[in-house]
Amino acid sequence: MSSTPTWTIGTVRDALLAKKTSARELAKDFYGRIEQRNPELNAFLALCPERAYAQAARVDVAIAQGRPLGPLAGVPVAIKDVISTEGVRTTCGSKILENYTPPYDATAIQRLESAGAVILGKTNCDEFAMGSSNENSAYGRVRNPVALDRVPGGSSGGSAAAVAARLSVIALGTDTGGSIRQPGAYCGVPAMMPTYGRVSRYGLIAFASSLDRIGPFATNIADAATVLAVIAGHDSNDSTSAAVAVPDYASDMERPVAGLRIGVPEDYFGAGLDPEVKAKVLAGIALLEKLGCKRVPLKMPHTDYAIATYYIVATAEASSNLARYDGVRYGLRVQGSTLMDMYRKTRERGFGPEVKRRIMLGTYALSSGYYDAYYLRAQKVRSLIARDFTNAFEKVDAILTPTAPTPAFKLGEKTADPLAMYLADIYTVTGSLAGVPGISVPCGLTAAGLPIGMQIFASHFGEGRILQLARAFEKAGGFSI
Amino acid sequence: MKISAADVLRVAQLAHLELAPEEVETYRGQLDEILSYIGKLQELDVSNVEPMTQMRPPNADGLRQDSRMPVGADGAAAGAAEPELRDDVVAPCNVAEVVLAEAPDAAKPFFRVPKVIER
Repeated sequence: MSSTPTWTIGTVRDALLAKKTSARELAKDFYGRIEQRNPELNAFLALCPERAYAQAARVDVAIAQGRPLGPLAGVPVAIKDVISTEGVRTTCGSKILENYTPPYDATAIQRLESAGAVILGKTNCDEFAMGSSNENSAYGRVRNPVALDRVPGGSSGGSAAAVAARLSVIALGTDTGGSIRQPGAYCGVPAMMPTYGRVSRYGLIAFASSLDRIGPFATNIADAATVLAVIAGHDSNDSTSAAVAVPDYASDMERPVAGLRIGVPEDYFGAGLDPEVKAKVLAGIALLEKLGCKRVPLKMPHTDYAIATYYIVATAEASSNLARYDGVRYGLRVQGSTLMDMYRKTRERGFGPEVKRRIMLGTYALSSGYYDAYYLRAQKVRSLIARDFTNAFEKVDAILTPTAPTPAFKLGEKTADPLAMYLADIYTVTGSLAGVPGISVPCGLTAAGLPIGMQIFASHFGEGRILQLARAFEKAGGFSI
Repeated sequence: MKISAADVLRVAQLAHLELAPEEVETYRGQLDEILSYIGKLQELDVSNVEPMTQMRPPNADGLRQDSRMPVGADGAAAGAAEPELRDDVVAPCNVAEVVLAEAPDAAKPFFRVPKVIER
């Protein structure tokens, strides 16, 4: 892997402006890398060379004519296969959408391409983004490029693996309970979940609408900040997108961190946390203290209820969102003798086991007689979890935790035990439920060479604060601590 | 709370899922285990807690100056601000062709399905 050169948004720009390469040559180089590595990794489900070369040609013409370039001009990008791309097959990792070609682009896609990005293709993921290991994809598992016998994390495993293996410069993933941050941690790359409402969900195929967010994977913090700045901002096509001005992340990021109060909640460092992960994350926090941050011990007493809350709220929303797959308007249809028979056969054949499990769990939690005990109660506990964050941010500027309790586990290790798999998201679902932004940054390796992730949360729309701490951590050598 | 095979079948019916007999037992065991774990939510006293029904930040005051987002009076629940509403104007939406192009069985301008009304 180390023999594959790392391109960044900055080096792509410099090379293009110095005419050392062209956007076309660069795209070709990346398709060569994908051809070589993808059979083993299975990170990409579909490639779109026609679209990529057409976009590269536009960038090359702009350079030849000396026209101004967008912030992502010529930068190869990979897109998680739950984000709609016009004319490019979008499966959500599901058989039920095996032949689905969206008739429009997601807002995030439009914004990336308007900024000059070159979309290489669509990345593998757990079916409908439901999973923590990428083993729930109907199109095969993804291997972790750092350790081929291990999972890349999920659900955005393909995007994380693509960036980690240098098969794309940046990637978009989606995060509902940890699906950007956890694979970022497992594959050793920065991975950011923006505030709920920061990035439009228009064109993101819904899993759980009050939790789903689009965000970037990159090899460095500056690139993550650039991508976020491009995709962030209000969109009239998403009523939940916020009309909050997008700050200048690139300059926010460079501000000194001395004096910032960093909260360390004891609830994230208890039983179940791998000792190697704990040691590295504590070393990472100590490094930030050395840079002048003030460590503040915190209690976030409802942390332990987050997984239970999440698996009611998310599955309830999923059971409703996935009702649309019935064989009528798009996707798979299996013929039946009656309309109901057609619905059932289509959904039986089209959905994989984890999706069915979550639809049933969500349907149960919303069903008559159980709604108050499960769904309503979970929504109340969600308020308590959000309040833990509100209270914490009265005392601190950011919260630091491990991203996941363990490093990447072995392929197949948890597939037979859904609950054990759910617990891989124990430190990430809290921020998802609260709506706050979070990032996972690389924080050293285990003795066996597996990446460890440190998570940084900030309050709503505090992406600048997160990037500031992450950038200081990166500059101080924290990624390889 | 024990989940029975009848519960699984009832939920599958509500969710329009057809399950093979061996799937019923697998899901019964798994849902039982997951719901037992979720039972820990019963430990908390939530009698004075409002459910979190929207995702607006609890206190958007700090965002007010550079935002057109209206801010609610308090942050008692997890979100007090109302979402901004767009002007109610008619916009063209001529997408029937492209939408129907994705249908498994279209009879323009309709989606065709098995007969649902008996004479």
